[in-house]
Amino acid sequence: MTDEAPLTIMCSRRALHASLDRLVAALRASGSNLVGLLLLLGGLTVFFAMLLPGTFLRVATLQAMMFQLPELGLLSLAMAIPLISGGLNLAIIATANQAALLMAWILTTQMPHEASGGLLALWIATALAAGFLLCFAIGILSGVMVAVMGVHPILVTLGTQTLVGGISIWLTHGRTLSGFPEPLLRVSNETFFGIPISFIVLAAVAVVVQVLLTRTPLGIRIHMIGSNLEATRFAGVDTRRVQIWVYVLSSLLCWLAAIIMMARFNSAGANIAQSYLLITILAAILGGIDPYGGFGRIDGLVLSLAILQMISSGFNLLGFSEHLTLALWGVTLLAVMSVKRLAATIQVSRFRSSRDQRKHHA
Amino acid sequence: MRRCTNPIAFLFRRTETALAAVIIVVSAVFSLASPYFLTLSNATDLIEANSVTTILAAGVFVVLVSGGIDISFAAVASVTQYVAALMATRYDWPVLPTVGLACALGVTLGIINALLTYYLRVVSIIVTIATSSIYYATLIYVTGGTEIYNLPDWWTNRIIFFQTKTASGDVARITLPMLIMVAVVLMTHLLMTRTRAGRQIYAFGGNPEAASRIGIKILPLQMHVYGYLGFLAGLAGFVQAHRVHQAVPTAMFGTELNVVAVAILGGASLVGGVGSMGGVILGVLLLAILQNGLNLLGVSYFFGVVVGLTILISISVTGYAEQRISLRRRPETS
Repeated sequence: MTDEAPLTIMCSRRALHASLDRLVAALRASGSNLVGLLLLLGGLTVFFAMLLPGTFLRVATLQAMMFQLPELGLLSLAMAIPLISGGLNLAIIATANQAALLMAWILTTQMPHEASGGLLALWIATALAAGFLLCFAIGILSGVMVAVMGVHPILVTLGTQTLVGGISIWLTHGRTLSGFPEPLLRVSNETFFGIPISFIVLAAVAVVVQVLLTRTPLGIRIHMIGSNLEATRFAGVDTRRVQIWVYVLSSLLCWLAAIIMMARFNSAGANIAQSYLLITILAAILGGIDPYGGFGRIDGLVLSLAILQMISSGFNLLGFSEHLTLALWGVTLLAVMSVKRLAATIQVSRFRSSRDQRKHHA
Repeated sequence: MRRCTNPIAFLFRRTETALAAVIIVVSAVFSLASPYFLTLSNATDLIEANSVTTILAAGVFVVLVSGGIDISFAAVASVTQYVAALMATRYDWPVLPTVGLACALGVTLGIINALLTYYLRVVSIIVTIATSSIYYATLIYVTGGTEIYNLPDWWTNRIIFFQTKTASGDVARITLPMLIMVAVVLMTHLLMTRTRAGRQIYAFGGNPEAASRIGIKILPLQMHVYGYLGFLAGLAGFVQAHRVHQAVPTAMFGTELNVVAVAILGGASLVGGVGSMGGVILGVLLLAILQNGLNLLGVSYFFGVVVGLTILISISVTGYAEQRISLRRRPETS
């Protein structure tokens, strides 16, 4: 017994090393970016757990984070798809707000107050369908302008953002609509086995988008046009259709975000959540999505969202202002980009030196 | 570059001409609808109200020509304005050191953007989103969002260079913001058309690879470009506080994309290498006239719709024209 123990320890240590090596190799294969983000996430968890003993690593804290993440998460997904295609969608917030306003208008002014049961379900379904169609139309408008006119997506979506936001302000005169039926509010208030329903929606959508981007012809083509639009066109792909789909998908994700936002704030307005626009770009880039297009993974984006939310919640618990959180998000992005740049430089120099050695031997 | 036999067709292919034509049509409509629109005092008010936007647009124009986008200028303007206001109120700094500090701080923050863009090899819009969050959030955090009202008199007193009473009894003035704006516009125009740096900025924006191969040093060029925008942001922050008589940390936040839109409407391209100061002024003027006219007609809620439509129509017209040109240039393949 006594002389067997070191052996088992050695064996298990060797096995542990081997499995760790395999894990690291697998992680490397799936992009060194993910390892870095995981390390950052782990580091932040340890950091906040040490600073906030007993309060940070609690179910309640985790649940609070899950409640706060979904709308930013869905909007970031809406930004990620155009970014991977080599574009950008500056209209996401305006689209989400207008969809929320349309749905809110139907639910607060058109629907009879005494509606309940099946009738209520029908009204809610009508409102959701109307929002869906509106987002679809906005997506088609942006997509057609980008694809057919060949204008830069930043310009097009700057235009659609101004137009859509302008229509919302014109119709509402800056007022907000509030007071929605109970079943809709449940999306953001209730939990399912302790997990907020809105978070389940986000997780499901993230999985769907990941599958769509990596396992379907459309997803592969979105990556391809992000890499090289002309080459993809010459490869016989109808790039215009792909581009239109990109902005339609992006807008439809805004529709989902609109539902969650309505449920969470219990109001809809033309100027809600404007500050999210640039943060979604920040989250996507932090998650390893290439701003030049062509590369990027949804799992990286999910990790980066978790990191941003953890910084925000941790700082909130520490009693710092939300503005400091915003500054720290910016610092995190710059730091991650610096590390990546440094890693790339080291890799290049290592490749060069090994190549020189091989030359030397030959 | 483009062969064109008909001089009128050539003229109309330029963004500036098209913009000028639209401005004339829009002005004609507004002057028919509102008698106050085409008065001297309305014109001077309109110019003064848009002086800050024009100063910022001039800087954004230079960055756009270099092929980058900077959206941190509003944060830079807010930071410099606040720091200058602190110095002027707490330590009674006189005019020149205060303005100098604002501009120097702006240049510094701009150069930070340039260094990050250069060394991280990331598109400038991403870098400036990050720095904008950092600059702005730090400002709000440190100041707690409190305004500075008690600016010294030399800062808030209206400086009028010329004043006249029009026939209708209204007053038309030429004020300090207008003069600063004119100076900035002239300086930017000269920088971009008459100096070596300006030619290099156009060359770099048009084709970065070719520009670096003919020996243009990229880092100093980018420091120049982003530093210049930072300098103008410092100036704009000063003028803005002069106009509204207070320094509010949140005053300019959220205007970034509007200024970029104005510069693009004026013919500056996101791809870089093209655009003129005159076009950018016409872009500012068009949006200013639209806003002013809709205000006079009492339908200012239409502004967003009108601006959105203007942007979409103008980019689709230029996009369509460019497509036709590139189709014509393409060699026959069949």
